[in-house]
Amino acid sequence: MDAALIQKGVRRCSFGQFILFLAVVGAVLLWGVFAMLLCWIKGLNQTNMNDYYGFALWIWADLAVIAIGGGAFFTGFLRYIIGKDELKNIINYAVLIGFICYSSALLILAIDIGQPLRGWFIFWHANVHSMLTEVAFCLTCYFGVLTIEYIPLILGNRQLDRVPFFHNLSHNMHEIMAVFAATGAFLSFFHQGSLGGVAGVLFGRPFAFREGVFIWPWTFFLFTWSAAACGPCFTIMITKITEKVTRKRLVKDNVIELLAKISGWMLITYFAAKTIDTWYWAAVTAPSKGFWMMDFYSGNSLYGLWILFAEIILCAFIPGLILINKEGRKNKTALMIAVILAVIGVSLNRWVMVLQVMAAPVMSFDTWAMYFPSWQEIATTILPVAYGIILIAISHRYLPIFPQEKELNPIE
Amino acid sequence: MKEEHKHEHKAKKYGMVIDLDQCTGCGACMVACMAENNVPFRKDETDKFLSITWMRVYQLTNGKSFPNTEICYLPRPCMHCEGEHGHSPCVSVCPATATDYSHETGIVSQIYTRCFGCRYCMAACPYHARYFNWWDPVWPEGMEAYLSPNVSPRMRGVVEKCSFCFHRYQIAMEKAHYEERHELKEDEYQTACTQACPAGAITFGDLNNPDHAVCQMKKSKTAFRLLERLGTHPKVYYLSSREWVRRAGDNYLRDEDGKVMDKRKLRN
Repeated sequence: MDAALIQKGVRRCSFGQFILFLAVVGAVLLWGVFAMLLCWIKGLNQTNMNDYYGFALWIWADLAVIAIGGGAFFTGFLRYIIGKDELKNIINYAVLIGFICYSSALLILAIDIGQPLRGWFIFWHANVHSMLTEVAFCLTCYFGVLTIEYIPLILGNRQLDRVPFFHNLSHNMHEIMAVFAATGAFLSFFHQGSLGGVAGVLFGRPFAFREGVFIWPWTFFLFTWSAAACGPCFTIMITKITEKVTRKRLVKDNVIELLAKISGWMLITYFAAKTIDTWYWAAVTAPSKGFWMMDFYSGNSLYGLWILFAEIILCAFIPGLILINKEGRKNKTALMIAVILAVIGVSLNRWVMVLQVMAAPVMSFDTWAMYFPSWQEIATTILPVAYGIILIAISHRYLPIFPQEKELNPIE
Repeated sequence: MKEEHKHEHKAKKYGMVIDLDQCTGCGACMVACMAENNVPFRKDETDKFLSITWMRVYQLTNGKSFPNTEICYLPRPCMHCEGEHGHSPCVSVCPATATDYSHETGIVSQIYTRCFGCRYCMAACPYHARYFNWWDPVWPEGMEAYLSPNVSPRMRGVVEKCSFCFHRYQIAMEKAHYEERHELKEDEYQTACTQACPAGAITFGDLNNPDHAVCQMKKSKTAFRLLERLGTHPKVYYLSSREWVRRAGDNYLRDEDGKVMDKRKLRN
């Protein structure tokens, strides 16, 4: 039925099967949209947030999707600026995943604010001292860059490509893509960092507060570093899942292994930086405010030292170790475990820097505050996942996302 | 005359001194604050994490068992932190400049019509002095007539907090201007909680003005501020003759005997 839209030389499932798949995921999407409308119409009283938890599940989701969406900027940086040519075979997918992550982040932000119609105030009445202002500007600009990077892929559709204007536009955009990749890398450095700065500058919250360089706390650099390390891991993870679902190979092993190797070294260096940061915070920063490190890891039912172990050792050091070893990268199970651990690790780090910051008491007579999200918060957090799956499904079916697909899956 | 002239040009720094030895925990300050500032409330206020209390009275304990148990009530308005050069924790983070530090009065304001409800300021405030309007305010029938015309009610989706009854400052300044004066007398601008406290535990005034009582009181040996170590530079001072109360105002690594502090004792 839609054969004319599908690339020549590739095999796709039947149109009926495809629609059925979209319908199932679409139902989840509609559930999320319903919850989103409830939040917009009835207000944020639909959530389980409160005056202790002004930042909660959504801000975590925001930080997490931006971190794992970091594969787009870092792969682009490696491909266009450093010149790792093999990565041209995965860059399209990295861009698509990045586009999904960043559009999701913007959507979540639009749901999260109490007065969505005033969202533009962040640009109009911008406070230059606020890290959130930096986030808003860089995030929006970078989403623009990702859109520009995604457009040539859309124009690569078999039917659109037949239109000379679109064909030439797409070709010319490809020619100057290095400029956008460089711009994207620059913007990403700042917004990934300023998201770290959002927590790091909170000098009223000793659990989050960090010293730093000039106006940037150490968390600024740690967030950028961890996004560059774990973003490509998420790209690899989603590529592998897509290969499983479509039951065919889409990217050659040498491409995956190169990206995995770079991620591995990034993870190992991140592990070292994070360890030093944690040690300095525990030994110097927190005590200077009258806190022992254990004040933040005891006296409650959830936040214990296991988080530090999971975040630094289990989900940074171990995956890093697997990925820097050739055997680890070549072993499919080990590779998958490593990238999953890295994605969990960066997500856990974002959780800690948002939720644990809110939970830990600061005044000596205050108490730990615990929180569990409402179904509306959960549904609106799952909404971007459903949206992402749909966009990937449509893009994979109709657009030339994987340049090596034809070679790896010849049709006899 | 010369001194008076000098003071006229010095910026004001309004602040509060609360004598915890005198506070009985009656809550009159909370009630007065809510009435004065049109603070919204709901039928069910059992979940205190959702209640808007610009002024909140905390109950502190020394953590000892009977018969050595001691209780102290600590009223907590917004601290109107000065931070470093006016960069209080909340003002510096607000992305839309919806909260501002006045170098003229030292008061941290909240611009409700500009706030878009990101709640970053709430995350930044270690005193939990900022509150979000999770609902639109709904007043019991007929109560609208009793709302203060000087304070605008806030809409759903914005953050609000204690303003040191800033509207009273504006009214007092208007009157002074009409009378061709540039300075306010101490009793011309007082907050609602100060006036409502039956024990006289709250004193309000210009911390920079030596003629105001607060200027002398803050120098007391028993004066302390909440979480001074964080560098927030709050403008609310507390007085207490009891050492454990003064120590409860901040975080310490060790107790009076030099033993490692177990903060859980204080968190009843």
